[in-house]
Amino acid sequence: LHFINVFKKYDYVVAPSGSCVFHIREHFDLLEQTEDVKHVRENTFELCEFLVKVLQMEDFNASFPHKVGLHSGCHGLRGLRLGKSSELIGEPYSIPRKLLEKVKGIGLIDLGRPDECCGFGGTFAITEEALSVKMGKDRLKDHQDNGAEVITSTDMSCLMHLEGVARKRELPIKFLHISEILNHS
Amino acid sequence: MSHSHPKAAKEFLRDEPRVDWHDKALWHARVKRDDATSGIPEWEDLRQAASNIKRNVLANLDTYLEQFESNAKANGINVHWAETGAEHNEIVFSILKEKNARRLVKSKSMLTEECGLNPYLEKNGIDVTDTDLGERIVQLANEPPSHIVMPAIHKKKEEIDDLFHEKLGTERRGGDPDYLTQEARKHLRTRFLRADAALTGVNFAVAETGGFVVCTNEGNADMGVNFTTLHIASMGIEKIIPRQSDLGVFLRILARSATGQPITVYSSHFKRPVQGGEMHIVIVDNGRSAQLGRADFRGSLHCIRCGACMNTCPVYRRSGGYSYDTSVPGPIGSILKPGMDLNRYSSLPFASSLCGSCSDVCPVKIDIDEQLYKWRQIVTKKIRPPVYKKMIMKSGGLSLADPGKFDMRIKWALKISGMLPSFIRRLFNTWERGRKWPEIPNETFKDWYRKNR
Repeated sequence: LHFINVFKKYDYVVAPSGSCVFHIREHFDLLEQTEDVKHVRENTFELCEFLVKVLQMEDFNASFPHKVGLHSGCHGLRGLRLGKSSELIGEPYSIPRKLLEKVKGIGLIDLGRPDECCGFGGTFAITEEALSVKMGKDRLKDHQDNGAEVITSTDMSCLMHLEGVARKRELPIKFLHISEILNHS
Repeated sequence: MSHSHPKAAKEFLRDEPRVDWHDKALWHARVKRDDATSGIPEWEDLRQAASNIKRNVLANLDTYLEQFESNAKANGINVHWAETGAEHNEIVFSILKEKNARRLVKSKSMLTEECGLNPYLEKNGIDVTDTDLGERIVQLANEPPSHIVMPAIHKKKEEIDDLFHEKLGTERRGGDPDYLTQEARKHLRTRFLRADAALTGVNFAVAETGGFVVCTNEGNADMGVNFTTLHIASMGIEKIIPRQSDLGVFLRILARSATGQPITVYSSHFKRPVQGGEMHIVIVDNGRSAQLGRADFRGSLHCIRCGACMNTCPVYRRSGGYSYDTSVPGPIGSILKPGMDLNRYSSLPFASSLCGSCSDVCPVKIDIDEQLYKWRQIVTKKIRPPVYKKMIMKSGGLSLADPGKFDMRIKWALKISGMLPSFIRRLFNTWERGRKWPEIPNETFKDWYRKNR
């Protein structure tokens, strides 16, 4: 409710995290559905989604001449449907990928498993620590095997976990939030 | 006793090369599923159709069950009702006893695993042979299945080589799959020939005909049933479909989701006993009607036991079927089992990163990840979390609801964590066992924003 009180006066709420937006949109159904709650739930957007759907902007004249692996955060992908998950059958699309493709010089790599979970999962990272780290290691290996120099994502939480796993193993790989690439010149 | 998935998973993860092998074996099934389904342009419509049919079935379950019973009886099938697993076992035993049948061959039935039928019958002097190859392997090894479609997926071929050598007296050939399969075939044939009775599961029971369908790849259900004159079929109450034509939906999605085959090799339709023989159906509740009464979890009864959610689950692939301690493991087991024993299975709804892959792969559109999330709320409310977890959550909640406190605590946390050597921090925090902390910036975002906006 604190969240609603802080953000109810804004037309749009934009978050650099699919997972947070998913929580607000899908799990605030537990709150009493007042006008304020409804307003905030309907007008909270993930950054890429906001750029493409609300501002209708795709090209930011950015340049990033590196090999980049896009990690699709699960809540953005399967929760907010920022892209088509690999399980569903149909035309592929991906809002974050579309934005990255407009970046000059970028080399977007393809992954062996395009949208497997990195293992962060909120409290899962602590309660199932062993599994969480193993999932992170496996994700990193897929990116490395396919030549990624930089891993990017719509979700800071996935990146914090992946970066933690990578730094522990001293892997030569960098982590940037997608906004840092879209804003790079 | 409460089961701990994290402990069991950690144990399984000790042998990392084996975990990688297990992960790849199951991912292979997922890839085959993707290949098989991507060739069907109407796949998503099929999923929706299957889900709709199941929803209709569950909303009218009493009517369809009674319709099925009366049609089955008219076909000459004996119909029995069992409220619990124990009742199911007693019914099966009493049928065998009455017919003086001592040797039983079974095709795969996860329901009988759920009811603990094998140990019960063996205690009562019945000789039970599982005839599905994977099931026979785990039976010989005295283990439960670790997966509902591929019961022995956790075993390497070299281990099966050893097992068969020890139990069946085969030569050691380093795990040659052709040889092992041939030997299993020979061995199972002797069991089929001397069997007094056959038990099968039921994939689909058709209300309008009183008949039922059993899907196998090995033809073992047919072998068993056709070598004997006594056929017992065990089914859960949710296996009903209204019409024969509904099979056109379900037979198309089942094998594609399970193994990537367009259809199982055998889809055997049973409708009446053979001349001079008997056919019995035992319809089992065992907690299903209670699940039906839980609006949030009713959808879990759509399940057709294809196993696709296990194959796609990044947790299942890396923790193994046994880590769930259930007859039906994986994501679907984690939403079914808390309904039967919340205390014992309270860790299962948390054995997931909630990535949602299970829900997208599910051919009957069960919202598995949402149901996991909802079980978490129930577990948290009904089962007392450890005191420290409560304190952390409470203190976190207070900080997040009060910007002043939040700012202050963040500043202190930054200072303190920077001062502590990492080996001391590691004693208190699980995060740093397998990862590093993020590099800590010198200023908070708020400070940076004030300067840079």
